[in-house]
Amino acid sequence: MSEVKIITANEAAAEAAALCRVQVIAAYPITPQTPVTEELAAMVERGDLKAEYLTVESEHSAMASIVGASQVGARVFTASSANGLLYMHEMLHWAAGSRLPVVLACVNRGVGAPWTILNDQQDSISQRDTGWIQLYCRNNQEVLDTIIQAYRIAEQTLIPVMVCYDGFVLSHTNMPVEVPSQDEVDRFLPPWQGQGLLESGRFVNLNPLILSEPRPDAQGNLMPGYMELRHRLHEDVLASLAVIHHTDEEFQEIFGRSWGGLVWRYRMDDAEHALVSMGSLALEATRAADSLRVQGLRTGVIGVRAYRPFPASALVQALAAVKTVTVFEKDVSYGYAGALATDLKAALFDAGVSVKFSGFVAGLGGRDVAAGQIVQAATDAILNEPRYGWVDVRGSST
Amino acid sequence: MATKAAKELPREEHILPGSRSCAACGLMLTYRHALKALYPGKVIVTVPASCMTVLHGVYPITPVKVVCINNTFAATGASASGIVAGLKATGKKGYTVVAFAGDGGTYDIGIQALSGALERGTDFIYICYDNEGYMNTGTQRSSASPAGAITTTTPILSKLQQKKDMIAIVEAHRIPYIATASPSFPLDLYDKVRTAKEIRGPRYIEAHAPCPPGWGFPNKDLIKMGKLAVETGLHVLFEIREGKFGLTSWSLKLASKGRKKTVADYVKGQTRFRKITAEQIDRLQSFADEQWNYFLERHEKGC
Amino acid sequence: MSELYEIVWHGRGGQGAVTAAKLYTEAAYYQGFKGVSAKPTYFSERRGAPVSVHTRISSEPIRTYSNVTTPDMAVVLDDNLLEMVNVTANLREGGLLVVNSSLTPQDLGLSGPFTIALADAFHASEAAELIVEGNVLISTSILGPLAAASHLVSLENIQRAVAGKFAGKAKDRNLKALKLAFEATRVFRRKPADAVSASAR
Ligand SMILES: Cc1ncc(C[n+]2csc(CCOP(=O)(O)OP(=O)(O)O)c2C)c(N)n1
Ligand code: SF4
Repeated sequence: MSEVKIITANEAAAEAAALCRVQVIAAYPITPQTPVTEELAAMVERGDLKAEYLTVESEHSAMASIVGASQVGARVFTASSANGLLYMHEMLHWAAGSRLPVVLACVNRGVGAPWTILNDQQDSISQRDTGWIQLYCRNNQEVLDTIIQAYRIAEQTLIPVMVCYDGFVLSHTNMPVEVPSQDEVDRFLPPWQGQGLLESGRFVNLNPLILSEPRPDAQGNLMPGYMELRHRLHEDVLASLAVIHHTDEEFQEIFGRSWGGLVWRYRMDDAEHALVSMGSLALEATRAADSLRVQGLRTGVIGVRAYRPFPASALVQALAAVKTVTVFEKDVSYGYAGALATDLKAALFDAGVSVKFSGFVAGLGGRDVAAGQIVQAATDAILNEPRYGWVDVRGSST
Repeated sequence: MATKAAKELPREEHILPGSRSCAACGLMLTYRHALKALYPGKVIVTVPASCMTVLHGVYPITPVKVVCINNTFAATGASASGIVAGLKATGKKGYTVVAFAGDGGTYDIGIQALSGALERGTDFIYICYDNEGYMNTGTQRSSASPAGAITTTTPILSKLQQKKDMIAIVEAHRIPYIATASPSFPLDLYDKVRTAKEIRGPRYIEAHAPCPPGWGFPNKDLIKMGKLAVETGLHVLFEIREGKFGLTSWSLKLASKGRKKTVADYVKGQTRFRKITAEQIDRLQSFADEQWNYFLERHEKGC
Repeated sequence: MSELYEIVWHGRGGQGAVTAAKLYTEAAYYQGFKGVSAKPTYFSERRGAPVSVHTRISSEPIRTYSNVTTPDMAVVLDDNLLEMVNVTANLREGGLLVVNSSLTPQDLGLSGPFTIALADAFHASEAAELIVEGNVLISTSILGPLAAASHLVSLENIQRAVAGKFAGKAKDRNLKALKLAFEATRVFRRKPADAVSASAR
């Protein structure tokens, strides 16, 4: 039987990893991810979770070691934040290039310099182009459920999955979470058999040097060049859109909860104005939408759950009928605009959808974002000239 | 000349009130005496993510009178090399470049950058304050944590491996000066940093830095814990100058008097050892004995 | 209309504000509130640094994790904090202020358009032998005056949450501390500021 517990997202993430019967965990502490590593260490030492737990000496080694474990067929898990995730960057590419079903919980935090331990999403957004699937969560239940879904997605597509949730805002906030039974999770997620690297009994040379052109192997079969492998990864990441969508549907059949698959909608049926966001900020936006409606602006919210692969057509479909789109996000691509805004704008342009489009950067380094601030920025964007802007940047003497 | 009494130490404080470290922090005391030894002069400190970051205060206010450059966790040695090169390239003379890192930033994530800097012969002092765990993130295990200690990543079984022999690793780089120190023996600590300051090339000092919240002892026992570590031989005070080995301070006294305290005396005052078994204590005792005998022998040989 | 109650807890790192807030939200969940959340806001995990926890209790699932700016209740785990933090600045009119204190509102310089509930949580916890390594644990006793002065969450549900969190001796001691603090609560109902009177329980 499932059981409702009042827990933090970090506890939910650890529970989820345990329910998924992960076999190898390697993690390195960093605020605000630390409680995940501590919780899992305790589970393993208590004997509640039968897994190898590696207390590695850096994040680079955390990812490197679970890549190794995954290569020989284990189900693996790690978690990180901010500079820890950045320090993993090389290995994130390696995991994706190796086509391994690795799952990582990213507890979103702003990155240094200068140091901050507080929340934004610059850390995971900076890993956008590593070939990982990225899913963003809006509350602790979604964190638990998404990690369970992540193993299904990763093992089906052989693409690593990063489950992102906001540091402190969710990671340290207690709220009710329905923790499913082991039976339910086992029904949804069968044991991972690995990719059979060792079972074949053959000699292999994994992830070797490769040339740009296709080359014949010893039997004369033409094998792909570097570019073909990259193209295949790209096609597979795109194709994972359908897998993410279906996994959420199948999840609902067993657990009775759906998170919208790729994108979720709030009061969009008759909306003329859409607010688009990710993570807990998108949930805050739903309250802003309620207020905007009171002001007479029929507003809804689109929450982007899958950021990579980018659900372009789902978004275009969801936004086809609105007059304005306003994006709020906790990241920026310096020298241009927020990553979500620019991606979404490109998708709408490709589809020939013409809307009044604005994008706002908000809540960096733990700056609190209240619904009222979203309302203010959105009202301005809806009624006046569209623009790229920042929410709540205050004056200073320097 | 060795400093004989506390009153001989410079009175000027370089850490002003308002530091964000905990009360009774061994690292803070280490830093305090080290800065006394480094001044007067021009000092640049490079600091990785650690309790040092927090000690240095929150923007735009700092309680430490020093030029401090904060850096990423893994980068300390390389950052020092870069600072030294930059000073040289721009003709800025007379600076002492000091890296100040925790055991996590030294034994674990920063070991590669440290090794690089030592091997390149970077002209700097590296001070590792060893509080035996990742304290800034709340007491996780590091490879410097002692066997038998409960940490938040070894919460039930306690740490199973003995402490890494960092001194041996550093020594393998054949650098001109290596020393160990303890804030419980401030004069010795002060003298070693003073000595290091006058030497060129890479210099490494490791200070054992008791941490009340991380180790679980009352604030008033700070000095006592540091002393006990030395008295048991778990932390030995010595200097290695150009390959010449010599015990110093309290460890030198113990060389003639013999050690009176046991590991059991040390662990009983710290809650991190609350689950330590008799067998683990025995093993920790053998670890201390072997270490002590090894250094004693080197002391007698003088190398 | 959905009901939404907002609470800010003020304490020092390590004092138990996070646990207290968590227990209270759990009790609120048992009471039938579907949406409950407790978000700590701290900069560093140093012992002794002031921390606050922002709690929401609602009949509907919570959709905001932003800071609580105008609380219905403020709970202060250490009356020394009253000098450092203006805990009543944005307290809603008619709200509730709970302070762990053996003093009176006059001593504490407290008055305003809100109810004040005072209990000596340290004393209650000490009497219940809730002392670990010399520290008196007040994360459950501080809930006593809350239960005594507010009908939002019943004492029974708080007891259920406490009983679920602890086991054995710790459970008995925590329940005892809660009860003692509940009984020792002095409630000063909202009155014109100059005519505060004690309605001792
Ligand atoms: C790449 C990276 N990983 C992890 C962290 C998180 N982190 C900051 S300080 C710290 C612990 C530092 O331990 P140590 O070097 O022993 O110093 P202490 O905190 O004990 O002073 C950790 C894990 C980080 N800032 N950067
Ligand atoms: S945690 Fe330990 S090392 Fe860090 S500031 Fe506190 S006492 Fe010092």
